[in-house]
Amino acid sequence: MGFWSGFAIPTVVIVLQIVAIILPLLVAVAYLTYAERKVLAAMQLRQGPNVVGPFGLLQPLADGIKLLGKETIIPSGANRVLFVAAPMLTFLLALVAWAVIPFQAGWVLADINVGILYLFAISSLGVYGIIIAGWASNSKYAFLGGLRSAAQMVSYEVSIGLVIITVLLCAGSLNLSKIVEAQRTIWFAIPLFPMFVVFFVSALAETNRAPFDLPEGESELSGGFNVEYSSMTFALFFLGEYANMILMSAMTVILFLGGWLPPLDIPPLNWIPGVVWFALKIAMVLFVFIWVRATVPRYRYDQLMRLGWKVFLPFSLLYVVATAGVLVAFDWLP
Amino acid sequence: MIVHALAFYLFSIVMIASAVMVILSRNPVHSVLFLILCFFNAAGLFLLIGAEFVAMILVIVYVGAVAVLFLFVVMMLDIDFAELRGQVMNHLPVGLLVGVILIAELLVAFGAWSSAPGASGIALAPVPTAEGVSNTEALGRIIYTDFVYLFQAAGIVLLIAMIGAIVLTLRSRVGVRRQSVARQVSRPREEVVAVRKVPTRGGV
Repeated sequence: MGFWSGFAIPTVVIVLQIVAIILPLLVAVAYLTYAERKVLAAMQLRQGPNVVGPFGLLQPLADGIKLLGKETIIPSGANRVLFVAAPMLTFLLALVAWAVIPFQAGWVLADINVGILYLFAISSLGVYGIIIAGWASNSKYAFLGGLRSAAQMVSYEVSIGLVIITVLLCAGSLNLSKIVEAQRTIWFAIPLFPMFVVFFVSALAETNRAPFDLPEGESELSGGFNVEYSSMTFALFFLGEYANMILMSAMTVILFLGGWLPPLDIPPLNWIPGVVWFALKIAMVLFVFIWVRATVPRYRYDQLMRLGWKVFLPFSLLYVVATAGVLVAFDWLP
Repeated sequence: MIVHALAFYLFSIVMIASAVMVILSRNPVHSVLFLILCFFNAAGLFLLIGAEFVAMILVIVYVGAVAVLFLFVVMMLDIDFAELRGQVMNHLPVGLLVGVILIAELLVAFGAWSSAPGASGIALAPVPTAEGVSNTEALGRIIYTDFVYLFQAAGIVLLIAMIGAIVLTLRSRVGVRRQSVARQVSRPREEVVAVRKVPTRGGV
């Protein structure tokens, strides 16, 4: 095995695969911002973006170019290195998690044994981008936003971890492809419906989305952790947040909604390739994300903490024990 | 193989350098960030020897939770950096003493490894040799069979520590108006909402 066949060609193949994942992802992020504005507008009886291009379809491009053209301002009291590194970290973590996501049977960049733990680890690191941004800005609003976010994400991670354990008990593997394959008979959203709800609400909190968007609460923190950011540094936070939304939706789909599997394994439905089903399900979950934003008012901070620690944590712990008990009692362990 | 060796040296050099920076950097926040980098490289080393489960748990527990709380506390400290600079030499003897004791204990532990009966056998073959047994499964088999009592004991120690922390910080304050969610939710509509027809220029 020479240099070319053993090292260079695999490297080139991996780089091409990475590009093949990231380019559609970035396009999806751009059009998610458009979709969010359109859906919100429809729910509030407005038009939404409709000027730039047909139906406003070029609006995300225009926004991107506008952000690129702005001046990057670094506050004089800021810690320069960390101030610039924080948005990069957020964006990097939002992209790097996609390495283990299976888009279809066999369509995965790194089919590792501990895929779900990798996803959990990466999503728990997301808090660093925000907390470092809050601290490095040297501004009280940004700092308060960062602290809120740290407390919130650590709280909701606990229940996400317990939900993941429940799914693992039913699937019998940490590998994401095997978790999807384990749902061939029935999607986990049906037997584990309460955990599905807990996971979705925790995903809202983990991505700092409404009604848990306290870290960036406009009304009290004037924008929160990213108040000092402008231009591309702000754009990276923005893109990272939306990429994280898509990632959490993908996790929801893989853990509970059967990944790339069609709803019923019958001819007209299973002619459609799995990757299309996967994208459709992600789009559906994302629609619910936006729907929640249009419907629910923001939580108060103590209520948010109460929901995480006093409701979700005991409930999901109980459900883990109950699931394990049922699986062992009926000898259903995979 | 050469890629493997390069990765090993990269991870270990960055890990040692960041460990040194943890104690050398002036700013405590930078220290915590270097500590996180150190954890990351340790996870990378675990991955290189094939211990993927331990690597991921290291990142989830230490980087994702413990270090966040460290950072949380350190960021809120109000520290005068100029004052700290002069005190490094004062703490040096104690720090060196702790380091020397730790190294001595590690040497003793590795020198007399077979502390528990059967431990040497397990140390030689930590993973069951059967094909197709993943890392996670192998760990589970060992922890929940051979070491189940130790594992449960560790859990109890953690539980006691948690209860201790709660007892130390819990204080009952008087005059606090608490929100009782159950009471709020169970209020009937008639108690909270009244629909009035307000006459013009009349007020309620």
